[in-house]
Amino acid sequence: MHTSNVTFHERVERALHDDQLHVALQRATGRFTTLRATALASLADPDAVRDRARLIRAHTLNQLDRYLTQFAEQVEAAGGTVHWAPDAAACNRIVLEIARRHGAQRVVKGKSMVSEETELNRDLLAAGLEVIESDLGERIIQLVGEHPSHIIVPAVHKTKEEIGRILHDKLGIPLTTVPEEMTAGVRESLRHDFLRADLGISGVNFGVAATGTVALVENEGNGRLTTTAPRVHIALMGIERLVPTLDDLGVMLQVLARSATGQKLTVYNNLITGPRRPGEPDGPDEFHVVLVDNGRSRVLGTEVAEILYCIRCGACLNACPVYQQMGGHAYGSVYAGPVGAVLTPALGGIDAWPELPHASSLCGACREVCPVRINIPRLLLAQRVETQVAGHSPWWLKVGLPIYSWLVVRPNLFRWAVRLGGFGTRLLGGRERAIRWLPPPLSGWTDHRTFPAFAPKPFSRIMQERRQRS
Amino acid sequence: MPNPIRRVQLFATCLVETIRPQAGLAVVTVLERLGYEVEYPTAQTCCGQPAFNGGAWGEAAPMARFTVDVLSKSDAPVVVPSGSCADMIVHHYPELLVDDPVYLPRAQALAARTYEFAQFLVDVVGLKDVGGSGQGAVTYHASCHLLRGLGVRSQPRALLSHVAGVEVRELDGAEECCGFGGLFAVKMSDISGAMLKTKLDHVIASGAQTVVGCDISCLMHIEGGARKRGLPVTVCHLAELLAAQPPAGVA
Ligand code: SF4
Repeated sequence: MHTSNVTFHERVERALHDDQLHVALQRATGRFTTLRATALASLADPDAVRDRARLIRAHTLNQLDRYLTQFAEQVEAAGGTVHWAPDAAACNRIVLEIARRHGAQRVVKGKSMVSEETELNRDLLAAGLEVIESDLGERIIQLVGEHPSHIIVPAVHKTKEEIGRILHDKLGIPLTTVPEEMTAGVRESLRHDFLRADLGISGVNFGVAATGTVALVENEGNGRLTTTAPRVHIALMGIERLVPTLDDLGVMLQVLARSATGQKLTVYNNLITGPRRPGEPDGPDEFHVVLVDNGRSRVLGTEVAEILYCIRCGACLNACPVYQQMGGHAYGSVYAGPVGAVLTPALGGIDAWPELPHASSLCGACREVCPVRINIPRLLLAQRVETQVAGHSPWWLKVGLPIYSWLVVRPNLFRWAVRLGGFGTRLLGGRERAIRWLPPPLSGWTDHRTFPAFAPKPFSRIMQERRQRS
Repeated sequence: MPNPIRRVQLFATCLVETIRPQAGLAVVTVLERLGYEVEYPTAQTCCGQPAFNGGAWGEAAPMARFTVDVLSKSDAPVVVPSGSCADMIVHHYPELLVDDPVYLPRAQALAARTYEFAQFLVDVVGLKDVGGSGQGAVTYHASCHLLRGLGVRSQPRALLSHVAGVEVRELDGAEECCGFGGLFAVKMSDISGAMLKTKLDHVIASGAQTVVGCDISCLMHIEGGARKRGLPVTVCHLAELLAAQPPAGVA
């Protein structure tokens, strides 16, 4: 799950000083936030649709075993093959095995966060296969050897000026800052890759249990080519990405497109049921679905199980002020932003990711925009409790909080402590009545703000005097 | 027996106690002017929010029980001049004490009669105009827990719009977090600082000299940032403007 080997604080430091990053992030997140609001308002009753979407996810997750079985049966009935991957290694093994059986040399790959999770590209390359990412954003970051920094806009951390330069340097596309020209250039180069590929690998937005259908939404048409041009199509899917019926899928697609890109519907909505049937002109000879667990079943039934409702729309990233400041890479995990801050420790263990649940001011902007109304701040709190219980708090909180708690329930001592604090802060605050410097760890505060000297007379004293007068 | 709704309890919060007593006094002034008798339970301390938000629920629970006790001696509604502390009592006490059969019902009863100050004036008293006075250009910062926790969006703005002598400026990103977040500001200091800088840049761009809010914690954060950067920005709790009377001769 790690995409970086430097510490969290180093990554944050680096990101906060990256001016290019801020330009790119501000342009993108601002635009998406506005588009989302407009698109959502175009629904007759957006709140009702979101409620319905949430119910569908809750219902499915509550009976996941049943729907998984049904989905697998239906995929097989339509002529597809289902594989179960308990973890990342198993997923990659399954894919490599299929590739080997077909003597595949070249792979085109659509956008798939699960493949980022399992680091599939690394294993494919190690096995001597050639891998071309077909999603524009994924292609860009593949060309420079980076990781996606956003669930749906992998190259959101790059300005269009930087992207123009990369495409020019790596693919020989004439230097431009016009997105349409870049897209046309990449499309041209990808056409050849599609025709040469033996294997197409894609992600999955939703699996429909009743029909064994795999739904894949996209705006570039690359997903359609990835899943139909090569002889073999492998769809990688987290086990939680199910909906019961096609009707339910309709509800989910309405909120997904609106929340993700501010579209009423994405341009391409691919519904794939089984491989090419006799008499059909297009489609692969073989269709495989790999159902990847990789920690998900462990999250079911825990306090943070709600995070599995997530439909990966990315709205919480765009809305998050922390994400807006530091971008996706600073999280150091495959999944960034508020959803990543919960999902990453949930899947990978709190001991590997103790900082992420704390990388939030709990402002609640994520919860406000989440199409399936996941109470992300509440889940972050649950994980903060876990970090605390596991002993990941800094020493000064381990010492300080119990003392504070002890004082708070002893009002007389508390008043004395306030008095003492008053003397101290007034002394340090001087004539300005503001403290400009404190030693670590409190320097965290004074690095960016002064701390006020306490008022000469605490409020409780004022009230006491008032009562004595009357 | 006095009409129970004409009596309120004030839970002032630890930051009013230590940093900004004038905000607490202003709340008392406004409520008394409206004919309320304000009780001040003297044993009150802190709601326990820093520990709760830091994940130290073992430490937060005794503080919650203590505050439930302090505020349950009377059945009068509780008014809190802080969105986040009110949200703590209203939403988080019942979560925190969910396994405590004795305190859970008491926490729920307390939650049902606890209000943030502006929310109380508009939603309970039913007034959007309680007068008040100030001067210069001001702007309103919507604190996150007040806005998204308690769902209080329009009430403070309505009250502010009736304050004499001030010019209310719109603030870009008024509903975006200032970066405070309790211990977050110390533990994740640089991220918090970057958020604060964005907030202050918006304040400067609005042309306002004073940021008005309903939560001392955010106001202290914004003021501290302004002083650190030497910006000509001050802060003020909404209650302080509402409590002030226009100087004689000015209607
Ligand atoms: S948590 Fe909600 S808002 Fe965030 S990506 Fe998932 S569905 Fe979208």
